[in-house]
Amino acid sequence: MTTKLKAFCEGSAVPLLLIVVWEAVARAGWISPIVMPAPSAVVVKWWEALMPAAAYDPASQSRLAWAFSGEMVHDAFASLYRVVVGFLVGAGLALPVGLLMGANKRTYALLNPLVQVLRPIPPIAFIPLSILWFGLGNPPSVFLIALGAFFPVLMNTIAGVRQVDGIYLRAAYNLGVNQWTLFTRVILPAATPYILAGVRIGIGTAFIVVIVSEMIAVNNGLGFRILEAREFMWSDKIIAGMLAIGLLGLAIDTAVSRLNNHLLRWHRGLEH
Amino acid sequence: MAQIVASNVQKVFKTADREVVALKDIDLEIARGEFVCLLGPSGCGKSTLLNAVAGFSLPTGGVITVDGKPVQGPGPDRGMVFQEYALFPWMTVAENIAFGLQVQKKPKAEIAATVSQLLEMLNLKDFRDRFPKDLSGGMRQRVAIARVLALDSPIMLMDEPFGALDALTRRNLQDELLRLWERLGKTILFVTHSIEESIYLADRIVVMTYRPGTIKRDQRVDIPRPRDPSGHAFNELKRELGRLVMEEQQRHADDEMKLAAVD
Repeated sequence: MTTKLKAFCEGSAVPLLLIVVWEAVARAGWISPIVMPAPSAVVVKWWEALMPAAAYDPASQSRLAWAFSGEMVHDAFASLYRVVVGFLVGAGLALPVGLLMGANKRTYALLNPLVQVLRPIPPIAFIPLSILWFGLGNPPSVFLIALGAFFPVLMNTIAGVRQVDGIYLRAAYNLGVNQWTLFTRVILPAATPYILAGVRIGIGTAFIVVIVSEMIAVNNGLGFRILEAREFMWSDKIIAGMLAIGLLGLAIDTAVSRLNNHLLRWHRGLEH
Repeated sequence: MAQIVASNVQKVFKTADREVVALKDIDLEIARGEFVCLLGPSGCGKSTLLNAVAGFSLPTGGVITVDGKPVQGPGPDRGMVFQEYALFPWMTVAENIAFGLQVQKKPKAEIAATVSQLLEMLNLKDFRDRFPKDLSGGMRQRVAIARVLALDSPIMLMDEPFGALDALTRRNLQDELLRLWERLGKTILFVTHSIEESIYLADRIVVMTYRPGTIKRDQRVDIPRPRDPSGHAFNELKRELGRLVMEEQQRHADDEMKLAAVD
């Protein structure tokens, strides 16, 4: 425990020092607060945005709804909602297509050229088209996120199916499996380490795309909020928003990593 | 009445620049309940013959029948134990054992009963919910044996199953296998390159030649079980088989030297 504490103290020394210097410089008035607001001002803004704006009124809403009525909480939920829906659409399409492409040579030969042409186009380059196709609001945003999540999951699923060790297939055939059982009980689980690596990359891409798409197509969400703050030159609010984006990203990645560890509990430290 | 019959079996592997005759003129009959070892150096085709009986890689000539029916592919009537264990790492011990029964759509209660019984039989009770990665090599091979026993197939095919184990674990599992074989009356076809292992286990030892793989000697082992590896009869046979196998090993080594020289 004490070594942990020591490591924590050591690790936080540099950031703390930086914040202290930053605060001092800002308070001394050497830099305009529009260019670089003091960290204390950022924290205050962050807290303000997190907390409910109005006083609690039992007549109009429940306590829970009130507690989550802060602007930043709303924005975070809006962003998270888009990431989740977009990711589920993208990964939900990529998984079956990837399984098919990995397992079936003809499907691979048919679809691979198209994949190779589309894959290098960054999802962000689809913004103009997505607005033309879907207008404004959630649909173009979800489309872009789905696109961002689609390719990493697809590529890893294909690779995962192709690398399945032949010995598992032989053992399964020996036990008398049919094609369907072979696929669902052997090939799919054997490919999960690859697929989940793709999921992690895919959700990271989805999170990048959500922030960008919110700067263009919608009027809420964390990405929208920091762009809006720029128009008023509220740089403290911009940085507070960035802080929120970082924390949400960390939360998503931690959750996915936990899920990975649970699903791959059979795999860690596996030696051959 | 013979259960496994190989008649005039040939197997030729073709690559771009050469042909390898892995099996040639193999005639072999194995009776129900017999314990037969295929013995020989690497490259003698013993695993090829086993894979042909298993149905993984069919012969290019001749025919193999099991209970009178020609082998056309792998199936649960010929359970296979692999050297690399081939357990499914994403399934627990119990799930691995149950898998073959689930494939056959056996009722849940029956599967549970069979699994418990096999866990008991192979001393795996304390490991039922572990994953293969948490088990030692010997334990993994017990699970692999249990998985095949669950199928209740009349024939067990074993491809150097104890090759990767240390000597003590190996002896332990050999004894266990003999115990199971005597109790369950399976027909066992067992591939090994260990002369001692073959004498310790088998009713009959089929010594194979290095390329092309033919049968060099079909040797009955009449030493009563449990066999004492330091006993006189055991060592007589060991010396005799050692001579036969080493002749083939020498041809294998010469061949490798030749290939290396060509490269």
